[in-house]
Amino acid sequence: MGLKRGHKARPVERVAEILIFTVSLSTIALILLIFIFVGREAFPVLLGKTNSALIQPVIPAANLDQLRPEEVREYLGLTAQQFKEMDRETLMALMESREEASNDIPESFRNDPDAKANTTQFRYLIRPHQWTGYDRPEYIWQPVGTIHKYNLMPLIVGSLKVTLIGLLFAVPVSLGAAIYVSQLASPRVREWVKPGIELLAGIPSVVMGVFALLLLASLLQRIFGYQFRLNAFVAGIALGLTAVPLIFSIAEDALTSVPRSYTQAALALGASQWQASWQVVLPAALPGVFAAAVLGFGRCIGETMVVLIASGNASTMSWSVFDSTRSLTATIAAEMAEAVAGGHHYRVLFLLGTMLFAVTFVTNFVGELIIHRLKGRMEGRG
Amino acid sequence: MNFLKPFAAMAAACWLGATAHAGAITVKGSDTLVVLAQKWAEVYMGNNPQTKIQVTGGGTGTGFAALQNKTTDICNASRKIKAKETENCIKAFGKRPTEYKVAMDGLSIYVNAENPLKAISVEELEGIFTGKIKNWQDIGGPDAPITVYSRENSSGTYEFFKEHVLQGKDFGAGAQTLQGTAQVLQAVAKDKFGIGYGGAAYGQGAKHLMVAKTKGGEAIEPNEENVISGKYPISRYLYCYVNPALDKDETAAYLKWIRGEEGQKLVQDVGYYPLPTQFRAN
Repeated sequence: MGLKRGHKARPVERVAEILIFTVSLSTIALILLIFIFVGREAFPVLLGKTNSALIQPVIPAANLDQLRPEEVREYLGLTAQQFKEMDRETLMALMESREEASNDIPESFRNDPDAKANTTQFRYLIRPHQWTGYDRPEYIWQPVGTIHKYNLMPLIVGSLKVTLIGLLFAVPVSLGAAIYVSQLASPRVREWVKPGIELLAGIPSVVMGVFALLLLASLLQRIFGYQFRLNAFVAGIALGLTAVPLIFSIAEDALTSVPRSYTQAALALGASQWQASWQVVLPAALPGVFAAAVLGFGRCIGETMVVLIASGNASTMSWSVFDSTRSLTATIAAEMAEAVAGGHHYRVLFLLGTMLFAVTFVTNFVGELIIHRLKGRMEGRG
Repeated sequence: MNFLKPFAAMAAACWLGATAHAGAITVKGSDTLVVLAQKWAEVYMGNNPQTKIQVTGGGTGTGFAALQNKTTDICNASRKIKAKETENCIKAFGKRPTEYKVAMDGLSIYVNAENPLKAISVEELEGIFTGKIKNWQDIGGPDAPITVYSRENSSGTYEFFKEHVLQGKDFGAGAQTLQGTAQVLQAVAKDKFGIGYGGAAYGQGAKHLMVAKTKGGEAIEPNEENVISGKYPISRYLYCYVNPALDKDETAAYLKWIRGEEGQKLVQDVGYYPLPTQFRAN
């Protein structure tokens, strides 16, 4: 096999090439489709088409015959197709169920000003609001209950908090390991350490989560003596552990791709091995190291299982690392199964998904771009 | 059209296969009910070998979604159906699903075995779980902060607790949400100053508090007698919902058996409480 310059590709090779091309093309198409799917489900929230208010206008079922068909269809939120297939009895049942729902509202909520609020509006999603029963405006994520509170900030803060702790733990560790393995270690040691660290990537995140839940949490609580056994700190450390192999291998790649001549020149000028790697090689590979951190960020913020198990999942709006915390991913995982399909809770969860997708997409894109540029530079193109 | 023949034969075979499975009942929904539902299915299948019953969990909401899509015959629910779900069902099959009460469950309040407290009132529980009461001292315990363990908001237990104990108010933001009753128990067993709630059937590792309706009122123990009579203040029904069009033949017989004497006896084996006699099927 191998390259046969000057010869035309054989038909089999040609077919294989086309196949591989279509596979890669379909991957891109698939990503696009997923994004469209997730985005489409979230779209009604963005357009303000969802209404999560507890008290909604109700038309008594007895008035069914006085309404125009168009009005009935709109009131019940039916598609034209659905409406056509329904008989009067079904429409009546639907209207009755609307009426019952409104009669079931507990007395204490009837005069609550929040009961009329559509809580999927942006000001409720982003800004603090003083709900009835609270002393001051607060960020509240309590999607299930009589009044649905969908403030996204506790979740965004939670995700960022856990991710940053994870990175603060993982980046120094993996960078240190990468410098050691690529610059200082003897080939024998390198042969052991590198696969060893990369083996960490093979640990399923659910196993990592359980490890954090059962062992890490107790250990850290004993050391630091904080109140909440499961918190952002525990989840962050476990998350860091899952990100180490990724950050390590990209950083190590970047460091190794720095031409040998850089080190040799430094050594020839009298630098020590340590000085050469710290002051010459590392600065040259810095964009790659940065890219590793960016990709690590994408990995951490998208990780679900570890945070779901180890973070305690309380939706607190606090930057304290020892508070229990709830991330975007864990929220989606935990709540999606119970959300009424097509309802406002469901839509808001998809909104979270869209946000996550956008963030991980951008970070991965930026990371890859930096690595690509760096490779080009190291190989003397540009 | 000769080449179509094998396909026609295959289709016929599939159809025959499908009718041969007409005696299959699928049950889906609440995780709270899944152990009990499996037990029912197991015993019922032992008595009626021609009937196949397939039980899966996934959560009450998942069960209702499956009921709408007609991918399940029976939906297990640890809470009442919501208005939106009723509406979706009517849209899907023209009628509201039939509701059957199938068992009772008492919610216990768990604290660590070392906690000196013996009883608590519903009011105090509301204060603790909404985050207003933060120290055990305020309700006659040791001077230590209270760690609150709650359930994930997808759980029927969570909703029930929120509605009936917190009177619809929000859980305090500091309440940790865990994935299941077993996890709550485990957390409380490890945490000297923790408090949590869950099915009375789960018992190991933590102390169950007696609960009083009002402060200073008589504290009631969560046992069978008190739960069934309604004396214990935090109890609930567990339900099965079924598409009325499918509520016939084997499905109907099965549901009747569940609510009859034999089915209700199994409820006790799994650790829930049987229905009061007026809700049973004869």
